Amino acid sequence: METLARKLIARASGQPSVSAGDVVICKVDLAMIHDSGGPRRVKPMLERLGRRVWDKDRVVVVTDHYVPADTEETRAIQALTRQWVRDEEIANFYDQQGICHVVLPERGHLSPGMFCVGGDSHSPTGGAFGAYMFGIGATEMAGVLATGEIWLRVPETILIQWDNSLGSCVTAKDMMLAVCGKIGMGGGRYQAIQYAGTAIRDLSMQERMTMSNMAAELGAQAGLIAPDQVTADYVLAAGGSLADDWADYAIEAADKSDDHLTFDAAELAPQIAAPHSPANAADAAEFENTKFDVAYIGACTGAKYVDLAAAASVLKGRRIASGITLKVAPASKQDQDRAADEGIMSILEDAGAQFLANSCGICAGYGDDRLAEDEVCLSSTARNFKGRMGAPGSQVYLASPYTVAASAVTGTMRDPREIMEG
Amino acid sequence: MARLWRFDETIDTDVLAPGKYMKSPLAELAMHCLEAVRPEFAGNVRSGDVMLGAPNMGVGSSREQAAEVLKHLGIAAVIAPSFAGIFYRNAINLGLPVFTIDSEAHAHPGLTDGAEISFDFDSASVTLPALGEVLSLEPLPDFLRDMILDGGLIPHLEKRFQKTAVAEGA
Ligand code: SF4
Repeated sequence: METLARKLIARASGQPSVSAGDVVICKVDLAMIHDSGGPRRVKPMLERLGRRVWDKDRVVVVTDHYVPADTEETRAIQALTRQWVRDEEIANFYDQQGICHVVLPERGHLSPGMFCVGGDSHSPTGGAFGAYMFGIGATEMAGVLATGEIWLRVPETILIQWDNSLGSCVTAKDMMLAVCGKIGMGGGRYQAIQYAGTAIRDLSMQERMTMSNMAAELGAQAGLIAPDQVTADYVLAAGGSLADDWADYAIEAADKSDDHLTFDAAELAPQIAAPHSPANAADAAEFENTKFDVAYIGACTGAKYVDLAAAASVLKGRRIASGITLKVAPASKQDQDRAADEGIMSILEDAGAQFLANSCGICAGYGDDRLAEDEVCLSSTARNFKGRMGAPGSQVYLASPYTVAASAVTGTMRDPREIMEG
Repeated sequence: MARLWRFDETIDTDVLAPGKYMKSPLAELAMHCLEAVRPEFAGNVRSGDVMLGAPNMGVGSSREQAAEVLKHLGIAAVIAPSFAGIFYRNAINLGLPVFTIDSEAHAHPGLTDGAEISFDFDSASVTLPALGEVLSLEPLPDFLRDMILDGGLIPHLEKRFQKTAVAEGA
């Protein structure tokens, strides 16, 4: 039976239809790589194979993990990346423009019906556009770059339906933490998740990206949302193009999925996930008065334009509590510029925020800006594994930008509705 | 005789290949493998040892160094009740054998941390010499088996490209 995932895979594999469990070879429409898993890893493998990239116009390269490059090693990684891009004549190169999952769609590279791979685990973000997109490692990427193809076991579809409408200060991030709390990090079983329901239709494109992004936390291969007018408008505004048949991918039928979970958006409260797993999520109110040191608004998951705007709506006319450090790493330069134009950046600054580069920053834990031993962070990022963002003894709680901002103001963890409504 | 390294907590990519050392050469990164949860692992693991993980083994990032460090340290096979998808694909692409074990076999009392064990790729099984018992693992599909036997995806593609070159008379 046709689901969105199966229709996308059938197209990419050149079959009239496919069934769950079939192993197929798909043609890749677009491959995205970044500075960490990209050129420095794939170059020696392509050389060994004696191949260049199969289609330079279908490759997008972004530098974001080792930005800013402030050590000899990281400068060498960036130099290698730039040289490889020149050697391979890749025009789609975004150097220090923001985090790959945000830059890719904002520059018009994604549209409904596509089949894409990314050299990063949060590549399911692309599923928000009605494209089949998933993450692969560097060796598999070298294989894709050499051949333009990849094998796939056709997944089952798990439909996650969100009925009704979200309340104020409740976001896609809270929806995803709630799903992680309910089905756990393995709950996606490397299948395709499809999000549906009125609360999903009501989300902006960037909020939909947060849903698809965190399909990675559920262990799903992809996190799809059927395209609609919101998708089409975003793609065209970003300078992208729509295939004539894009609307054929607007498949949302619940009766065709293999598994079906229903949530009520109206009942959802802001969520916080305790260390060291997104699955440790519960209502934010349950964490009331928990102490922390660093408030972090960052990552592809939690520092896009919508996230900055959410934080600013809380911080407007307020200041962060003493003893709290608020760090903000806007997810892309474009989002930061827009936020600056709208006065959002100055609201954050007036509230006491420090700004980091438009890059993965503390989320990746690759640079020198890392959490210290025993430091506690409340973060808008997606992942709070032990030691990921710093020292093994550091602790990370996950929440939405509203919750992070409100907690930074009060100085301990808080349901943001308390200060916004009370 | 090889040793079994058993983990009952979920092992993620970030403890296998910590972010702080991701810019370092593989040999150095490998010395920090699992240090956040089992600091003695990297120094004591021997070539041929077997790793038994908890469900959702290798959850997290796409960094294939998470599988590569295990191969580098000599792990002969990673066995778990279930694997995170990207880790599973990465391991096979790097030629590191990964096998799923059913929950009944996983609960076998002989599979304790530090137990003597031997692993056999061809029959997809492990033997516990102390008990004289053989536990079967879920066999891999043929094309994944072939990829591991070739040493991973790159040597596998190398073979394929050579064949096409010969067929084309190049
Ligand atoms: S911001 Fe974090 S989650 Fe997003 S790509 Fe970078 S490291 Fe990964």
